[in-house]
Amino acid sequence: MSEFFAMGGYAAFVWSSYGLAAIVLWLNWYLPRRTHQQVLSQLKRRHSKQSNLDRNK
Amino acid sequence: MFLWFHKFASPPHFYRIAGKWIPWLTALLLLLLVTGLYGGLVLAPPDYQQGDSYRIIFIHVPAAWMSLFIYVAMAFCGIVVIVWRMKLAEVVLICSAPIGASFTFLALATGSIWGKPMWGTWWVWDARLTSELILLFLYLGVIGLHNAIEDKRIAARAVAILAIVGVINVPIIHYSVEWWNSLHQGPTVTKFDKPSIHWSMLIPLLLMALAFQVYYVLALFQSCRGELLKRERNSKWVAELNGGDDV
Amino acid sequence: MKRYSLTQAFHYLLKRDLTLSFRNRAEFANPLLFFILVITLFPLAIGAEPVLLSRIAPGIIWVAALLAAMLSLDSIFRSDFDDGSLEQLLLSAHPMPVLVLAKVTAHWFVTGLPLLLVSPVLAVMLGMPSEAQGTLLLTILIGTPILSLIGSIGVALTVGLPKGGIILSLLILPLYVPVLIFASSAIEGAAGGLDVSAQLYMLLSFLFLAVSLSPLATAAALKISMN
Repeated sequence: MSEFFAMGGYAAFVWSSYGLAAIVLWLNWYLPRRTHQQVLSQLKRRHSKQSNLDRNK
Repeated sequence: MFLWFHKFASPPHFYRIAGKWIPWLTALLLLLLVTGLYGGLVLAPPDYQQGDSYRIIFIHVPAAWMSLFIYVAMAFCGIVVIVWRMKLAEVVLICSAPIGASFTFLALATGSIWGKPMWGTWWVWDARLTSELILLFLYLGVIGLHNAIEDKRIAARAVAILAIVGVINVPIIHYSVEWWNSLHQGPTVTKFDKPSIHWSMLIPLLLMALAFQVYYVLALFQSCRGELLKRERNSKWVAELNGGDDV
Repeated sequence: MKRYSLTQAFHYLLKRDLTLSFRNRAEFANPLLFFILVITLFPLAIGAEPVLLSRIAPGIIWVAALLAAMLSLDSIFRSDFDDGSLEQLLLSAHPMPVLVLAKVTAHWFVTGLPLLLVSPVLAVMLGMPSEAQGTLLLTILIGTPILSLIGSIGVALTVGLPKGGIILSLLILPLYVPVLIFASSAIEGAAGGLDVSAQLYMLLSFLFLAVSLSPLATAAALKISMN
């Protein structure tokens, strides 16, 4: 197992590459998703404000 | 892939269908990633010359492939935007740019990290890395121009032209840089210039390439849905999403 | 009312732009002075060792030419955009790409052509061997129009933006790379006595490609910017 992590002495290079890939891929998934959810909640707030206004007319 | 655009051209339709596909794509992605990583990190033998450091290739090469593929996809969207002004194409174009730029950055960074054990330095002006660097600037130009123009529909068309001009230039730049490189440096030993690569390394490589493709579609869907909501926030179908009848 | 043919329109626009440029000497002088200044900076920065300088002279001259081109590009459409004549040009019956070609040609006369006169002097100052002088002039003659043509696409995309100049370099410089590579390599090769017809032919082919395609892109970009 430790041999696997050691990567024949190149551990720093190999794992930093894979780690970097993981970070980049995660960010490109997470950030748009967060924006999406933010927009959705903004719209929901606007909708409930609007329907409150309508109800009070 | 091309018919796909025509079928899902309407934003609300795309929004719904993309939403349904996301969980399946995620599952497919995980499957491909697990098998690709296992094949590349565990099953494939160490390289005769480079030992285990060559395993960076399973990230570097698929990332480089994706960086080129996405730029071409953006140019294709660009043509659709200029000719048909399809809203969905605009959104796909601009959402692809950061993903493509990320892959380009990843290809550059992993190429650089790989270079250290392979060539002894963190950076060499080898033809492919230099071309990737210029490609990164092309991506940043697209993102920058889109940010600079306020009206996003106009921005999409400007960026479409830039993408089309860029894609014509990519082979020219690539060829020029390769030519330049052959002049100024001896032949750089890049591992996979040889046509034959052992299948135990090829299969994980292809699996990772496929995984990155699926990832692109997944990240694109995610990003496009948010972008569509933002752009169409005042439209009826978005209102109906919230079950309301406000305008 | 007299109708102008396309050729007449081209010549008229070319003459107009040239006249306007000659009236404003700064448009002429500034890019040229910038070019000279940038080249002068290099010996100051890296030392005046003749061997070193002559080795990098082709590269320095061409990088400086690129930067000077970038600096001068804004003037192609700026004044017309500001006073509304660009809109009028777009509305005219003549095909926009041809009109664009006229404007870019005028721009090149004012910014690229002067480099032809000044670069041999600078080349001598940098210790470039005389065998390379002819090739230097050829590359500048063929290359600078390409810079104007491709640059015009970038300017057209950014003319409507308040701070378009900043992003212009990001857009255009990657596209300039092939010209840079082949031009500087041609001069370097010539300095070493090699045959550089390959590089020159590549530059020529870039020029033809740029002349035929870039006005179309520029015209399309102008229509979008003027929305």
